[in-house]
Amino acid sequence: MQELIDELGRLPGIGPKSAQRIAFHILQSESFDVTRLAEVLLEVKEKVRFCEICGNVTEQQTCIICRDPRRSAATICVVEEAKDVQAIERTREFRGLYHVLGGAISPIDGIGPDDLNIRKLVQRLADGTVTEVIIATDPNLEGEATATYLTRLLVQPNLRVTRLASGLPVGGDLEYADEVTLGRAFEGRRLVEQ
Amino acid sequence: MPKLYRDEAVVLRTHKLGEADRIVTMLSRSHGKIRAVAKGVRRTASKFGARLEPFMVADVQLYEGRTLDIITQAESLGSYGAEIASDYASYTAATVMVETADKVTDDDGSLQQYLLLVGALRSLSRAEHHASLTLDSYLLRALSIAGWAPSFVDCAVTGAPGPHTAFVVQLGGVVADTVAPPGAPRLDRATLDLLASLLAGDWDAAESSEERARSQASGVVAAYVQFHLERSLRSLQHVDRTVHS
Ligand SMILES: [Zn+2]
Repeated sequence: MQELIDELGRLPGIGPKSAQRIAFHILQSESFDVTRLAEVLLEVKEKVRFCEICGNVTEQQTCIICRDPRRSAATICVVEEAKDVQAIERTREFRGLYHVLGGAISPIDGIGPDDLNIRKLVQRLADGTVTEVIIATDPNLEGEATATYLTRLLVQPNLRVTRLASGLPVGGDLEYADEVTLGRAFEGRRLVEQ
Repeated sequence: MPKLYRDEAVVLRTHKLGEADRIVTMLSRSHGKIRAVAKGVRRTASKFGARLEPFMVADVQLYEGRTLDIITQAESLGSYGAEIASDYASYTAATVMVETADKVTDDDGSLQQYLLLVGALRSLSRAEHHASLTLDSYLLRALSIAGWAPSFVDCAVTGAPGPHTAFVVQLGGVVADTVAPPGAPRLDRATLDLLASLLAGDWDAAESSEERARSQASGVVAAYVQFHLERSLRSLQHVDRTVHS
C-alpha cells in the first residue's frame, strides 16, 4: 500500500494527501477497473514517443502534423509542451508546423538551453524553407526569458521572428488560455526586435 | 478564525501545484521567508498571477494555513520581471540572486537580505550596470550579510595589512605569503581592486575595470559562493556572461 502511495506521490501535482486518497480509491472502489488502467499505462508507454522532427507526441516516427502535406512548411510555431500544440490546434488559426521545446529555460531548476529541444530547431531553419518563427512560449517569466534567448539565437537573413500578442493572462499557462484569446494572440503577433 | 497578516515581499520562485495553483516562495521584509499558495493563478485572467511571478515585489496579504499560508491579496510594489526577462544575461543573473537569497535566509529572514535583493533586482531591471557586475556585487554582499565577508585587502588569517595576492577561498580571501599554502592561486591587483569595489558598492571604480579582471573576479566570486553555500547553486552554471558592446 505504501509503495503505491509513494509511486503516485511522484507524479506531478500530486501531494502526499492526494496520493493517499487516490490509492484508497483504487483499492476500495468496485467500479474502478485496475486492469484497464494498467493496460492503458503500458500501452501508452510502449507506443507514444516524440516526433523526430518537431518533438510533438506521436505513435509513429513523425507526428500527424509534420506528416500532413497541407500544412505550410514556411512557418514554425515554437511551444513549450505538446499539450500547447493541442491548445493552438483548437483555435484553427494556425496552419504551419510546430516545434516543441520540452519546457522553458529555468536555471533555478537546473534547466538551461542545452536541456531543451533547441538544437533541432536551429537545424530545421538551416535550408531557408522557414520564413517565420512564431514564439508561443507561456506568458510567464520563464516563457518570456526563453523567448528572449531564442530571439537572440535565431538572428538570420530572411527569417521573421514573432511573438504572440499580449492579452494572454500573465503568469498563466498557455494551455489554459481560451480559444478566442489564443486565436487573437495569433492574429496580433508582433515582430520582435533582434 | 485564521490569522491574517500583511507584509512586503519579493518572489524568489514558484512551483506548480495541482491544476491551477502555484506555491510561491517569497522573502518578506519582516516575516522572513514565506511559502504560500496562490490559488487559481495559472488558469484565470486575474492580475494576481502576474504580481506573484519571480522577481516581483508586492504588498501581500495572507492567512495562516496549517501547512502552507494562503495568499489572499497582492498589490505590486515593484514589477521587475518583464524588463529582466527581456535581457537574457539579466535573467540568468537574477535567477542566481533569488536562488542565493533562498539559501542564505530562513524563516527568521533578514531585513538586510530583503533590501539587498530588492535593490539588486531593481538595478538589473533598469540595466544600471552590466548584469554580470551587478550579480557579483550582490553575491559578495549577500554572503557578507550572512557572516562570510571575504577579505580582498588585509590577510584573512593574520589580519596583516595588504595588499596580498594569494587567494584561498577556504581561508576567507587573500592571505599573507607567510600563511599561504604552497601553490595557492595568485590574483592580479586589478582583479582584487574590482572585487573590493564590488563588495563596497563603488560603482565608478567597478565600471572602469577591464574585461580580464571582470572575468577573473567572476570566477573568484563563483568559487567563494559555492564553497560557503552548503548545496551548490544550480543556476550559477547557466549564467550568461556574454559581453555586450
Ligand atoms: Zn512533428
